[in-house]
Amino acid sequence: MGTIQTVNAQLSNAGADFRREDGAQPPSLFAPYASTVERAPHEPLLRIPQTPTEQSGPNEWEALFGEQVTDLTCTRGAPAQGQRIIVCGQVLDEDRRPVANTLIEMWQANAAGRYAHERDQWDAPLDPNFSGAGRVLTDAQGRYRYTTVRPGAYPWGNHYNAWRPAHIHLSLMGPAFATRLVTQMYFPDDPLIEIDPIANAVPRAYRQRMVAHFDINITQPSYALGYRFDIVLRGRAATPLRAQT
Amino acid sequence: MSTPEHTASAPQPQSQSAAAAVRADNQDPSLFGQTPWQTVGPFFHFGLPWNGCADLTGPSQMGGRADLMPTGFAALRGPERRDAAAPVGERIQISGHVFDGRGRPVPDALLEIWQANASGCYRGSGFAGQGPASIDQGFFGFGRAATAEDGSFCFRTIRPGRVHFTSSGGALQAPHIALGVLGRGLLKRLMTRIYFDDEPSSAEDAILRLVPEHRRATLMAQRIDAAAGGAVPGSDPSAHYRFDVRLQGERETVFFDY
Repeated sequence: MGTIQTVNAQLSNAGADFRREDGAQPPSLFAPYASTVERAPHEPLLRIPQTPTEQSGPNEWEALFGEQVTDLTCTRGAPAQGQRIIVCGQVLDEDRRPVANTLIEMWQANAAGRYAHERDQWDAPLDPNFSGAGRVLTDAQGRYRYTTVRPGAYPWGNHYNAWRPAHIHLSLMGPAFATRLVTQMYFPDDPLIEIDPIANAVPRAYRQRMVAHFDINITQPSYALGYRFDIVLRGRAATPLRAQT
Repeated sequence: MSTPEHTASAPQPQSQSAAAAVRADNQDPSLFGQTPWQTVGPFFHFGLPWNGCADLTGPSQMGGRADLMPTGFAALRGPERRDAAAPVGERIQISGHVFDGRGRPVPDALLEIWQANASGCYRGSGFAGQGPASIDQGFFGFGRAATAEDGSFCFRTIRPGRVHFTSSGGALQAPHIALGVLGRGLLKRLMTRIYFDDEPSSAEDAILRLVPEHRRATLMAQRIDAAAGGAVPGSDPSAHYRFDVRLQGERETVFFDY
């Protein structure tokens, strides 16, 4: 196994195709999430080969986007309200190879479940000391880490008595335009996940891939609770060498 | 051994994996695999666009939605580009609207583009290309635009050069821009391409030829002439194009799986 990973690592930039979606990916149309009904395409997606357009992607992140923001709790002077947490993990591809130097962008509601956004009508207070957005680069081992507050759950208009589970939005590009991923990280033991139409668009067997793990080893004494969340991007398709094994 | 895709066994249901759980991470073999997509939702504007993200040609304010930030709040800052070199090539503008299945404008979509520079080279990872000399120091090739209340968006960029069809060379593709569409109600990104209707090589493009002929027009940015209220000759950008995205229904944009 280790040998295969080594060989694959050497071939990682050989122009092999990225693997396609696996069974974890949600459909475009999922009627319980009402907004998909008039926005999901009716026509089937047209399968095309990957060309250099799809197999390349930006990587000079700070020059392109601006500086990193890795502590969302102290961007505006006074500390943000709420339960301080540390989120860290590793970004990997499907062969468990680290995805180094990739940008993770995150945005979230504040501790009361309110977004710093004009369109958010939820009657919970804005926190003047929490904007809720950050960005962090992975290191050579694909590891990342940021500090924030635990976001609150909030109601939304999808159906009667609908509440979104607490979540942090995450955006990753990975090594190529083809490996783009936008997801939401949920928290363990949240009863709202089970009845949330957006989380439920992912088949049950795969839903746990979006749930962080509480980790006492990430937790810092007298400072913040720690959560681990590893993120897996599309990997390279099997090479001839791998197929022989 | 077998086909490369979809051969991994499905993970065990939550209850079984929890019973065997010894790892405090998402790398448990019973769970491991692609992290699922989720929608960006309606409130991405303070997290994803940055000032000037829709203008790939130089400093500007295009692409964000400062009007959606509450008083006292702002979107994340963009990069400092004061000493950036101007990109090489012909400046073009691509604007249009995003519509839903009922023909209504979509005011909370985010468009992302990725393209080659004027000499047909991508700047970034995964592109062997023609060596460092082909990189344009003034051009990254990646941009974003959040739609406005009327569903409109606008990118300012450089006309892309032609790129080979494979990483080892071979035939050239027609000039094109990769486009991803995200938004509320889009559980995962919709992927398409922008081609140019005044570009003769589009007729022989290998990807376009995979598209049923009656739907190809949905991928063609249309040159808007001066008489139609578009480009003024000699102005900058010199060429204006119109490209609409129809998520569903009549004249639905062709979306790709790759």
